[in-house]
Amino acid sequence: MKYFPLVWSALWRKKPRTIFTMLSIVVAFLLFGMLQAVAQSMTQSVQISGADRLFTAGKFSFTEILPLGYYARIKSTPGVQLASHASWFGGVYQNERNFFGQFAVDHETYLDVYTDLIVSEEARRAWARNKTGALVGSGLAKKFGWKVGDRIPIQAAIWPKRDGRNDWEFDVVGLIDGQDEASQAQADVLLFRFDYFDEARQFGQGYVGWYLEKIADPAQAATIAAAIDRQFANSPKETRTDSEKAFNQAFMKQMGDIQLIVRSILGAVFFTLLFLTGNTMMQSVRERIPELAVLKTIGFSDPSVLALVLAESLLLCLIAALAGLGAASIMMPGLAAKMPGLEMGAEVWLMGLGLAAVLAAIVGFLPAWRAMRLDIVNALSAH
Amino acid sequence: MSEAIVRLRGVRKSYTRGKQTVEVLESLDLDIARGDFLALMGPSGSGKTTLLNLIGGLDRPTTGSVDVAGERIDQLSSGQLAQWRARHVGFVFQFYNLMPMLNAERNVELPLLLTRLPAADRMRRVRVALEIVGLGERGGHKPSELSGGQAQRVAIARALVADPTLLVCDEPTGDLDRKTADEILHLLQALNREYGKTIVMVTHDPKAAEFATHQLHMDKGRLVETVAHS
Repeated sequence: MKYFPLVWSALWRKKPRTIFTMLSIVVAFLLFGMLQAVAQSMTQSVQISGADRLFTAGKFSFTEILPLGYYARIKSTPGVQLASHASWFGGVYQNERNFFGQFAVDHETYLDVYTDLIVSEEARRAWARNKTGALVGSGLAKKFGWKVGDRIPIQAAIWPKRDGRNDWEFDVVGLIDGQDEASQAQADVLLFRFDYFDEARQFGQGYVGWYLEKIADPAQAATIAAAIDRQFANSPKETRTDSEKAFNQAFMKQMGDIQLIVRSILGAVFFTLLFLTGNTMMQSVRERIPELAVLKTIGFSDPSVLALVLAESLLLCLIAALAGLGAASIMMPGLAAKMPGLEMGAEVWLMGLGLAAVLAAIVGFLPAWRAMRLDIVNALSAH
Repeated sequence: MSEAIVRLRGVRKSYTRGKQTVEVLESLDLDIARGDFLALMGPSGSGKTTLLNLIGGLDRPTTGSVDVAGERIDQLSSGQLAQWRARHVGFVFQFYNLMPMLNAERNVELPLLLTRLPAADRMRRVRVALEIVGLGERGGHKPSELSGGQAQRVAIARALVADPTLLVCDEPTGDLDRKTADEILHLLQALNREYGKTIVMVTHDPKAAEFATHQLHMDKGRLVETVAHS
């Protein structure tokens, strides 16, 4: 701590240069914070997928619908404890920016398959009584000001009603909570009854989007999945069954390898930053050769001079990284309004600060080494 | 004569430039007594700064021995030499060489950072050193806010603050006007007389050399004359 004033003063020796370098690092870490949060929120659904759930969709595309007639055969497949089904509705509430998932589900089984969705008994009973009833995520209810008893209008984008109109209405009968903060984003959906959907829609009757199976033994997942698919092999609607996790991973891959994209962008940014910050540190040390020589003359050892320059580099990178990550976390609620579930967790902060330390070590090492190797007599006589 | 605090025997220093070897100091023997104020004089290239660097532990001789305060410093490793300098030597340079971003107090404190003294003790010593050089009220000023004479006083306070065995001054008045130079030399003289500090000073200025108790003239790497003042 006693060396702090020395390191701090060296950092601010050329204020404009330090400020501009810091700004570059701030922007890089702002980008890091936001992109990493996006990547994490997109992969979170994969991580929290149940190991005891299988997912059956069309063999060739996730968008392929499957006959409702498969339901009974899937239920009776050995190893399947419970089955349910769901269909993507894809409607719009008020305007397209209010995006959230809406699913027509088998209300009698869906919540038993998804036991990580917490719904009160009262809400379950109300849902069973009300055909147009819907359960909504508590986060969505908070965001849009919905409460139990409200009627929500949703404009259909895929499924018009029999009379040709696109406006569907659902009665809020209860709220859905996640088991923890991480799974709340998964709970922020609108679930409504498939029987209402199937009766009211203009086309597609007797078809569902996908099936879900709860299995007793996750170790048997591959065998059970193969058994399900075998039943529908060589039919017009062949199936592909996978663990829910594998399905979610494949779904994410369809959208592109998010991690690869994020890493590529950040790689380019930090590569540029290495040169920029490295150059600043080199220049800063070059200008301070007489001062560093004086420190060594006074009795500062070679390793302590090395440590002082590295500490300066670390301070520069950490301050800027904290500012960048702080700015990203401040902007996060605004972004989360457009992308539900987006948040900058402690993991992103830790990764960011770790990255800042690595950056500091890389850009600081060469100038620090140069300062350490400085020959006092030559340095003093040259200046 | 009192005991020698600096003892050089058969010291030779040469540099290699390309294929050429340049002899800077040749077979030099020298004793400097404890409490002496020695002025090293001579034309440029005579080897006086090289000699000063050897005495101050900034450089090592090619051959010969350098004994300061009972320690063979020519045999110390780089790390040991740094520790030795921190304990035994205070340096004063021609261009003050203060840290521009630190105020006078922080500049003077630098050698004390290498000790185990707590912050309060360090500050107390810094204030005493600044009082000795007559800048007790200027501790909060940065070097850019001080005159050349004041900056050199701060540099002297920095050299003094750790109570070194030896003060090594390289042209301490070379950048100052006559009046300010005399003030600095009076200060060095007072440090020598009142605090018993051993001072070795390189200078081109005969007037500056008159403040010393002894003058030592060098030419082409050899000692050519010694003059004692009363």
